[in-house]
Amino acid sequence: MSNELLFQELGLDNQDLKKMLYDMILIRKFEETLKQLYQQGKIHGTMHLCIGQEATAVGACFPLNNEDKITSTHRGHGHSIAKGTDVKKMVAELFGKVTGHCKGKGGSMHIADMTVGNLGANGIVAAGLPLGVGAALTSKMKELGYVVLCFFGDGATNEGAFHESLNLASIWKLPVIFFCENNLYGMSGSITEMTNIESIAVRGSSYGIPSETINGNNILEVIKATQDAVERAKKGEGPTLIEAETYRWEGHSRSDARKYRTREEEKEWKKEKDPIEVFKEILISNNVINENEFIELNEKAQNQMKEAVEYAENSDDPSIDTLMTDIYA
Amino acid sequence: MREISYSEAVKEAMTQVMREDNDVFIMGEDIGVYGGAFGVTSGMIDEFGPERVRITPISEAAISGCAVGSAMTGMRPILEIQFSDFVVIAMDNIVNQAAKMRYMFGGKAKVPMVVRLPAGSGAGFAAQHSQSLEAWMTHIPGLKVVQPSNAYDAKGLLKAAIKDDNPVLFYEHKMLYNLKGDVPEESYEIPLGVADIKREGKDITIIATGMMVNHAVEAAQQLEQEGIDVEVIDPRTLVPLDEKAILESVKKTGRVLVVYEAVKRGGFGTEIVSLIAESDAFDYLDAPILRLGGVEAPIPYNPKLEKAAIPQVSDIYQKCLELMNK
Ligand SMILES: Cc1ncc(C[n+]2csc(CCOP(=O)(O)OP(=O)(O)O)c2C)c(N)n1
Repeated sequence: MSNELLFQELGLDNQDLKKMLYDMILIRKFEETLKQLYQQGKIHGTMHLCIGQEATAVGACFPLNNEDKITSTHRGHGHSIAKGTDVKKMVAELFGKVTGHCKGKGGSMHIADMTVGNLGANGIVAAGLPLGVGAALTSKMKELGYVVLCFFGDGATNEGAFHESLNLASIWKLPVIFFCENNLYGMSGSITEMTNIESIAVRGSSYGIPSETINGNNILEVIKATQDAVERAKKGEGPTLIEAETYRWEGHSRSDARKYRTREEEKEWKKEKDPIEVFKEILISNNVINENEFIELNEKAQNQMKEAVEYAENSDDPSIDTLMTDIYA
Repeated sequence: MREISYSEAVKEAMTQVMREDNDVFIMGEDIGVYGGAFGVTSGMIDEFGPERVRITPISEAAISGCAVGSAMTGMRPILEIQFSDFVVIAMDNIVNQAAKMRYMFGGKAKVPMVVRLPAGSGAGFAAQHSQSLEAWMTHIPGLKVVQPSNAYDAKGLLKAAIKDDNPVLFYEHKMLYNLKGDVPEESYEIPLGVADIKREGKDITIIATGMMVNHAVEAAQQLEQEGIDVEVIDPRTLVPLDEKAILESVKKTGRVLVVYEAVKRGGFGTEIVSLIAESDAFDYLDAPILRLGGVEAPIPYNPKLEKAAIPQVSDIYQKCLELMNK
């Protein structure tokens, strides 16, 4: 479907469209700010940036409401922001502060926010899938009507947990959406070396799950696919697998020299397929925004980040007594 | 002697054995051009090629089972689990398969494999990437468990582990990877089951494992100023355990502190305490045996909390003073 047709079919109002563009920009600024802070030695540990994958995060979360849930991954900042998690508290968490979402105990890989249905990022590859299946089981058994969207990468689809989760969700017809951000790489393992199949989507079919591959850098395609999946799930028709093709611009984590891929490939994705640029062009050609407004959105996001960093920097470290709290309920 | 880092020592051991023995190969995630998450295998694929430095998909259950299967049938795999925490996904293959094979089959199979496991806290990786779970493994008959505390030991122990005909779990501390030490270039082995006295002393015996050995030695040096003479014993392998070396030292000093990074409750130090309590060395004790281990909490992200979660040099120092006053 052409962008124009998709744009009309989705029938999104201008406010929604602008909000989504803003969220994408905010994710980009979040990650860029973090990268800087990291390089300045203000943040410790490790982190996995999702620059280049803003359309999958925002597009997949858009059709979800506050009761719907997500499970996320080690590369989860974008998912959290898209689901509505407070950015200030996210930055504070990355600083390890008591005001952080996990009181400074979780850090980048463990940001969770139950109030907006964010069941948490996860440091264990593919661990979010069975958890998502379980949350979907709750929804079904208690007739709560919510759906669960599980984010995971292409690399995760080689874990047993992926296969077992798909099968379970399929036989029990659970309201869950398996959302694969195929950014072509696990850490250094390219999808072509690590799998011998045409697409990740075929893996869904073998479990009896409707599956499709979409362009993950075009947010309209992401919204369309997710909306359809949410509808199926809410009608009791069971899980869907969506494979969204995208690209992470940065290395896997801070220590990655990116020897496993070429700079040309990176350039191609940055230049021609930047999800923010793609969306911006669609919005400009449909008179939703103009160049000036785009600049304003960028400034606004930059300011929001500045405030968040100030908030985090001015927050306290957790007291040593909290080392032994929150271990048991 | 030449100084190299712990991680270089691990690499050198693998490289030397792989040159000698074509049956040895490495498997693991990102161990090719990436060099593994901690760079330990960097460059190895250039020498040995992708057949023997085998990059795997992210699939710990499959690759651990694959290691067992290939070991049973004549290969000698070294499996790198990217962070030791992920071994839980491989647990069935290690606990129910690798450890049991030989016994169940009446001695008709052997499983010569090494699982390399970067463990421990200190890098800000938080609760799912910082654990010390080695005690779990020591509970399983059929497995051997190694925990080198410096570069020299890492090289010699890994060589012995690869040559061993049993499944060996080889715990490497991630905060030790950059630590340099004297390591001879030539090939050598340190037999499994032989402890090392890292420092001789006559007042207190500290039995420490992994990273804590280094902390204990540092504390011992400080305690010297107080006129307290501490002996530091590093078992180096938890299974088999050099009970004799531990008990002899206890008899010599009469005071014991056991230090380990893993959660204190149910940690391997508890086993060492029991060993002493059940032996004739008990009669030589002048004070109760003390234990220092990690707090009973997951490893937190905040650096101050993270530090507070595991024993520090000052904690060891303090405990030794306490011990002298008992
Ligand atoms: C069980 C487990 N194995 C290995 C790792 C180390 N690791 C973290 S992220 C990652 C790559 C994941 O790739 P993918 O699922 O494609 O997600 P992406 O990083 O591309 O977003 C690896 C190997 C881990 N965290 N957990």
